Amino acid sequence: MAKNETTMEKQLTRMDFASDQVVKWCPGCGDYSILAQVQKVFPTLGIPKENYVVISGIGCSSRFPYYMDTYGFHGIHGRAAAIATGVKLANPELSVWIVTGDGDSMSIGGNHFIHLLRRNVDVNILLFNNRIYGLTKGQYSPTSPLGKVTKSTPMGSLDHPFNPPALALGADASFVARTIDKEPKHMQEIIKRSHKHHGTSFLEIYQNCLIFNDGEFDRYTDKDKKADNVLTLEHGKPMIFGKNKDKGIHLAGNNPRVVSIGAEGQWSVDDLLVHDEHDWIIASILSHFTYREDLPTPIGVLYAKAQSVYEELLDDQCHQAVKLYGKGDLQKLMSEGDTWVVK
Amino acid sequence: MPKTLKHIDDVTIRFAGDSGDGMQLTGDRFTSATAIIGNDLSTLPDYPAEIRAPAGSLAGVSAFQLHFSSQEIFSPGDNPDVLVAMNPAALKVHLKELTRGGIIIVNTASFTAKNLKLAQYETNPLDDKSLRDYVVYPVDMSRLVAHACEDMGITTKTVERTKNMFALGVLYWMYNRPMDTTIKWLKQKFAKKPEIVEANTRALQAGFNYGSTNRIFTTNYKVDAAKLNPGTYRNISGNQATALGLVAASVRANLPLFYGSYPITPASDILHHLAGFRNFKVKTFQAEDEIAGITSAIGAAFAGSLAATGTSGPGVALKTEAMGLAVMTELPLVIVNVQRGGPATGLPTKTEQADLFQALYGRNGEAPIPVISARSPGDCFAAAFEAAQVALKYMTPVMVLTDGYVGNGSEPWIIPNVADLPEIKPNFFQGDEDEAFLPYKRNPDTLARDWVAPGTPGREHRIGGLEKEDGSGNVNYDPENHHKMVTLRDEKIKRVVEDIRPCRIIGEQEGDLLILTWGSTRGAARAALQKLLKEGKSVGHMHLRWLNPLPQDLGGILDKFEKILIPEINLGQLAQIIRARYLKEPHQLNLVRGRPFLTREIMDKVNELTG
Ligand code: SF4
Repeated sequence: MAKNETTMEKQLTRMDFASDQVVKWCPGCGDYSILAQVQKVFPTLGIPKENYVVISGIGCSSRFPYYMDTYGFHGIHGRAAAIATGVKLANPELSVWIVTGDGDSMSIGGNHFIHLLRRNVDVNILLFNNRIYGLTKGQYSPTSPLGKVTKSTPMGSLDHPFNPPALALGADASFVARTIDKEPKHMQEIIKRSHKHHGTSFLEIYQNCLIFNDGEFDRYTDKDKKADNVLTLEHGKPMIFGKNKDKGIHLAGNNPRVVSIGAEGQWSVDDLLVHDEHDWIIASILSHFTYREDLPTPIGVLYAKAQSVYEELLDDQCHQAVKLYGKGDLQKLMSEGDTWVVK
Repeated sequence: MPKTLKHIDDVTIRFAGDSGDGMQLTGDRFTSATAIIGNDLSTLPDYPAEIRAPAGSLAGVSAFQLHFSSQEIFSPGDNPDVLVAMNPAALKVHLKELTRGGIIIVNTASFTAKNLKLAQYETNPLDDKSLRDYVVYPVDMSRLVAHACEDMGITTKTVERTKNMFALGVLYWMYNRPMDTTIKWLKQKFAKKPEIVEANTRALQAGFNYGSTNRIFTTNYKVDAAKLNPGTYRNISGNQATALGLVAASVRANLPLFYGSYPITPASDILHHLAGFRNFKVKTFQAEDEIAGITSAIGAAFAGSLAATGTSGPGVALKTEAMGLAVMTELPLVIVNVQRGGPATGLPTKTEQADLFQALYGRNGEAPIPVISARSPGDCFAAAFEAAQVALKYMTPVMVLTDGYVGNGSEPWIIPNVADLPEIKPNFFQGDEDEAFLPYKRNPDTLARDWVAPGTPGREHRIGGLEKEDGSGNVNYDPENHHKMVTLRDEKIKRVVEDIRPCRIIGEQEGDLLILTWGSTRGAARAALQKLLKEGKSVGHMHLRWLNPLPQDLGGILDKFEKILIPEINLGQLAQIIRARYLKEPHQLNLVRGRPFLTREIMDKVNELTG
């Protein structure tokens, strides 16, 4: 069954999802764009407003629920995934959205993140990845590149970074996608896809923190650079990018490389890798474009597969148990085993 | 040779053997047969932390003690009257606690040179007269079961495994217990392996017949049914009772039960039991860690379930921050701590009462939560039920303290009537459609905030770990508001006192000495009290069920006695609270050995103090 596709009595608008709280992110923070896109998409999904629940952990991103006029839960550091699991298991009718950051879900909450993905609870994860700790004022994060100079790493970070989509695929995620804060249209589209996916959807959003890590994603957002550095994925389409649509991804053995296509070149469209959302190997190759300077960063749906959903299996067991043992009868349950009467 | 039948009132038996010998199971079966007869009983399983330490070693000895009587009893007994030792190591470990003149039944076949060496015996105790103060029944159980199963064509190993049933058969004869419940149980348990049922049944019967025909056994005993309160009884373990208490609360509150938990000794059985109740729509969730155990439960509570999590002390340590979140968000939640020896990994399979301070104070900030303790296995039902009542009424996390002894031990339990269990009314928002909903608006009596689950139209709201403005629930950092909220949260928990029954003193109502207990220490204290009163001592016993808040009339009661004695399996945690709160100087009895107090130890201390 699709998620909460009930008919709406009244047409919701973006304003229905804005709470009365003053938004307190730094002016110009990438979080504003994400908030705006979510508020635009939610009214279009056909879900009654009262069925939305937004759940977060700790960090700049995690203030998100306070700005949404939905049910919301601002948790504790790293635990949004576990809180959301409890909410969804208790009431599978709800549309549950986890808002988290790279510190929240990759570091202190890393364990919950991977286990949520493998269980495939039907909730949505929006990972605001700014590759820095914002709310604690500028330490490197688990997604900061090696050598990153920050307050806690004056001589450069020694940590090899996590690669979120690869981590998610490794945890057997059933849906992995990426978008960028400065691509509002694309973001809206991918949020809709996330919602449609049956199971845990993982959406990484590159988000600029202009205070502590400004420019981290300039390659993918600057007007003159982005076309040559961003690969927009489309299912069933060859991987083409570049200002003039003259570059593509060719797979030499297992190694992806950028080739030029065009009239004079030795490569044609037929030599390019064709995206297949359902192919885990392709998704895995694409996920490893992250941090590579010689390859564009893929955005869109890297991977999507159908897989059994945890809370449905749980509900099935409940129904099964009723069939097998009858509806729970407390008196009978308490009286199980050998009993005797004292007069 | 004619046999004599003797009537006795009270027996304590200890079954001891290798971890692989099935001693827990043997004890369970004897318990079941004893319960059916209508004796009062109390059990104490005692098993090593290792699943199977090397066979025959001292570390691998597993034991099960059972005290049964024709009188009301409160504890699993001090020293056993009968020791069943399946190998030399079991004899070595447990002999020192056997009553002088007590009965020893041994499997002689296991007294091999190798096993004697493993048990660090230099000479065979069966031959060297070191057991002359006891009545020893040497039985070659291995040979006898081999004989009983001779024609079955099953492996020697399978036959050898039935020797615990042989020992059980001997004891069934000796104490006049029926075999049929055990045979029925074997049939159910091994439904798919009829040869196992057959072999075990033969071993059981062979043991019984051996007792009744062999001339070494001259006497058997009859222990009459106890005069217990009228009702229908079953035998129940503490962890089982906790699970049932939670389900009962969910039924009476008309809320689905969610239980998020991570496996940990000795609390995992609660999860196992609840996982079998899917037809009650009980949703158990084996989380990836302790933190996810509690935070998933907090999520479920937000979504409108009766939510609970269960663990032992080390797990509570990991749940600390999340408990604070439940305090801040004012959501109903039951947290069960089946205490074990600590700190750190400590004594995983042994009992202790040293998590009282952790329960009361183990959180950052001012984060008071109500704490209730279970006094016996059967009482875990009521404690879990009451905890849920308070959680739902006051919108607060509540901690239930049980312990390894209460959790794994068992006793006869009156099966309550569902209709007699109080109905629980969750504190859901009652306002009509036009009334604005303020998530932190409080009930003026209980100070509980209203509960609205997601999915309710028009009541969308946000909660979380940041300080909230009184009423509106908006994030608020105002100094005065914070002080107000800290005070309100504290006052709310203080008001739980309204729901706490007044103190009841057993024995003398005033006098020389009051024994004050909490949790599982109550059993040994009550047993001691009975004996002390018979000796004419001016002693009373008061048991505390709630540790936070403390009953209103406790102060007055403490004034009625010259001295107060607090026995605790810790270094004096309740004593410190009493000292701080009532400016009294209680005497302490603190023995932290991973096992319950003996009745005698409490009596000795009382005698020392009362001169
Ligand atoms: S610190 Fe960075 S991430 Fe946080 S609100 Fe400011 S700009 Fe945004």
